Parts: sequence; structure tokens; C-alpha cells
Amino acid sequence: MVAQWGIRISCAAKSHSGAQQVAPSRPPARDGATAHSEKASALTDTTDQTQSQKIDLAEIFQSSGVKEVLEELDRELIGLKPVKDRIRETAAFLLVQKARVELGLSQETPTLHMSFTGNPGTGKTTVALKMAGLLHRLGYVRKGHLVSVTRDDLVGQYIGHTAPKTKEVLKKAMGGVLFIDEAYYLYRPENERDYGQEAIEILLQVMENNRDDLVVILAGYADRMETFFRSNPGFRSRIAHHIEFPDYTDEELLAIAEHIAEEQNYHLSPDAEAALSEYITLRRKQPHFANARSIRNAFDRARLRQASRVFSNAKGPVDAHTLSTIEAADIRASRVFRGGLDSDPKGMPTGSVKEDT
Amino acid sequence: MRVTQGTFSFLPDLTDEQIGKQIEYCLEHDWAVGIEYTDDPHPRNTYWEMWGNPMFDLRDPKGVMMELEECRKANPDCYIRINAFDNARGVESVVLSFLTDRPEVEPTIEMTRTERNGRSVGYTHIVRR
Repeated sequence: MVAQWGIRISCAAKSHSGAQQVAPSRPPARDGATAHSEKASALTDTTDQTQSQKIDLAEIFQSSGVKEVLEELDRELIGLKPVKDRIRETAAFLLVQKARVELGLSQETPTLHMSFTGNPGTGKTTVALKMAGLLHRLGYVRKGHLVSVTRDDLVGQYIGHTAPKTKEVLKKAMGGVLFIDEAYYLYRPENERDYGQEAIEILLQVMENNRDDLVVILAGYADRMETFFRSNPGFRSRIAHHIEFPDYTDEELLAIAEHIAEEQNYHLSPDAEAALSEYITLRRKQPHFANARSIRNAFDRARLRQASRVFSNAKGPVDAHTLSTIEAADIRASRVFRGGLDSDPKGMPTGSVKEDT
Repeated sequence: MRVTQGTFSFLPDLTDEQIGKQIEYCLEHDWAVGIEYTDDPHPRNTYWEMWGNPMFDLRDPKGVMMELEECRKANPDCYIRINAFDNARGVESVVLSFLTDRPEVEPTIEMTRTERNGRSVGYTHIVRR
């Protein structure tokens, strides 16, 4: 009995190091984890009972680099508290699961496929990227890259085009995370001959058979994803983690704007800040509001206006302060303050143009 | 007769794990990996049937292994080889090529020498099944 445990665990350790060899881009921190698990397996040979074998979760947490990812998440993403909490939970679960596998308590890879639902611009792609890093550090995916696709990348144009196209994408995503944005477009019930169904079937098959090789994250608006899941129950049952992304509050959006500005070495004058918070309130009420993405676009346009203002007002040399300050006028020039969208061509009625991406 | 073509051909046949590691090596070097098969192992037959296009932008050998599995299923009694292409010189040139599969019973390759003018020798290979 004892020997059996010993063998099983050393096998786990062996396959573990095997997986490491396969992954060249692994973070160096994981060496610690391997050494640790080997230490653990060495322990079993000498101790009499499996129960007495101990795994230090805190150490795995430290050495695997999960801590850094979570801290990065906290630092770089403003708001999104429920999302962060869910990710923390998931990370804890995966960590415990990993320890259980090392102790031989379970062998199965947990289902890791996820769905991210939320309005546009709420950080789904960014979080998916972090999630890929997290899963890689925990050893659940070998490479930890993110392949981001939409319907166009999966579904073909004619009969026999879809399967190779979908497989091509899946091959590229192997060892990493496949992020399918606006996944509900895959399913078009109004056209019974739509090729999306074929892509769905291949996806489902791979999600089931290649659980060790890749993780699929489906993303999209909450209500449409719900309809999608209802008409494709296969997806719902294969997805273990549903994470909802709330809309940002006005204060959070302002903080995001400041963060974006800071990143690019700009700063907002106090007047500009006031103008921006007014802008956010107004913009939210208009169609095609895309949370942080709208703010980023607004900032980009303000930057353009600032440049042209500085250029036309310049009398002689300008200093760094002038070059990097965004004034209220740069923001107030936006058409949003006059009831239109910035991206609308002149004279077009509001709402007739697609989201200002 | 055991055909020896390409890298590793004097070693025992590679296991799937070993094939995976070779592919891993290729992907690390950003080489494109292609799968080819044939039933004609004649040394002059350089153009084997392609199993799909060479695969670009892969990160993990699993993608190639999946295709290899499909190819094996579709061509059970064939030679299958994996080619790796390096584009460092501006063309996709083969830098690694090795056999992954061979038929259960391999054909024999017969060689005949023909003496020609000035005692030069011509070699002819014939594949006999």
C-alpha cells in the first residue's frame, strides 16, 4: 500500500517534470515547485502514511508565481471587484486541486473552460490574458499564450471550409487559451444551413477530448450569451466557470482615464478632470457606450485636439508641461457635449453609426 | 527492407513522445512543420504527398500530433515523414526531415549497376513489393 502511493506520486512528479521540458517559456519560478514536489515524493518513501505527507500551499502559491499574477491584476485593473474575487477563488481551487493531484487524491484535470459575460469594454480580453498567465503558472496549460478569435476566424464561407478553418485555429491554440469573442455569433438559428453549427460541434469535441491541451474562454454580452447557452446546452455543461463583468461606475471610468493618461505621460488639469467626469455621465446615456473602450477613444481624441491647440497657440518654444497637459477645452470640444457622438460623421443622426471602436 | 531516409533513420522508430519532443524543438526555432506521406520510398521520389499545408504559428506540438494522428488513420500503410522549414534565408527551406511511420512490410529496393562508356557506372533503383 505504502509503496503504491510512493510510486504513484513519483510518477506524478515525473510527468510533471516531463511537462516542464515541453514548455521552454515557463517562468523560472516553477523550478521551485518541481523541487518541492520531488521533495514531497521523497518524503513518502520514508514516511509510513499518505496522510502524514504535507504540501505547503503557501509555498506553491509563492513559488508558482500565481501571487504576482493576482497582484498584477489588482494593480492594473481598476474596479471589477466581483471578477477579481472570482479569479482569486478559481486560483485557490486550482492550487488546491494541484496539491490534491500531487498527493494522489485525484487524477482528473478539472474542467477549466470559462465564459466571460459583460458589456463591451469591461476588460474581458485583458482578464483572459491574465487568466492564461495564471493557468500557465499553475501548470494547467503548457504554453500560456492567448489566441483571440471571433466568428470570422472559425466559420468558413462555403461547404467544407469551416472544419479546416476551425481546426487551424485550434491547432494554434493548443497549449494555451482560446478566447472566442462574441461567441454567440457562432450560432445563427435564423439560418439553418449556417456553417457556425459545424464549428460549434468541432469546438465541443475538442473541449471534451483535449481538456489537458487547451482552455476555451467564451466571451460576450450577458443576455445574448444566455440565449446562446440555452440553445447549445453542450456548451453550458462543459463550462465550469461563469464570470460576470459588471459595468464600470463613473468614478472608476475617471480613474481609468487618469491611468491611461499617466501611462502615456499626459496629465489632466483639474478643469479637464471635471469636464471628463461630465463627459462620462453624458456619454453613458448615448448609444454604443463601451465602458473603458469609449473612454480610451475619448482620450485619444482629446490628445489630438490638445496637439492642434498647442501647435496653433505656440508662440516660441514650449515646455514639457504644456506638451503633456490636457485642458478642459480639449475635452469640451467633443460633440458629446452637444448631443452627438464623436465618431458620427457631420450631419448624420445619432446612433446610425456603429460603435466608435 | 528497412528504408533509411532523413534524420534519425538509423535509430529505432521514434515513439510519439519522442516525435513530440522533436516537434517541440522545431517550434522553439520558429520553424513551420509539415506532414507528408507516400507509398513509394524510392530515393528519387522527393515529392511526397502533402498532408495539408505546412503548419505555421503553432506554439505546442499537440497541434502537429493531432494532424499526424489523422494522417495515420487515413494512410495506415504508408511512410509518413515530418519536415521542418526554416525561413531565415528568405525561403522556406527544409532543415529537418524524419520518418515517423513506415508500413508493416516494407518493399525492397533493388539496385543495379550498369557499366557505361569509359567505365563509368550508372545506378538504377527499383522498388519491389
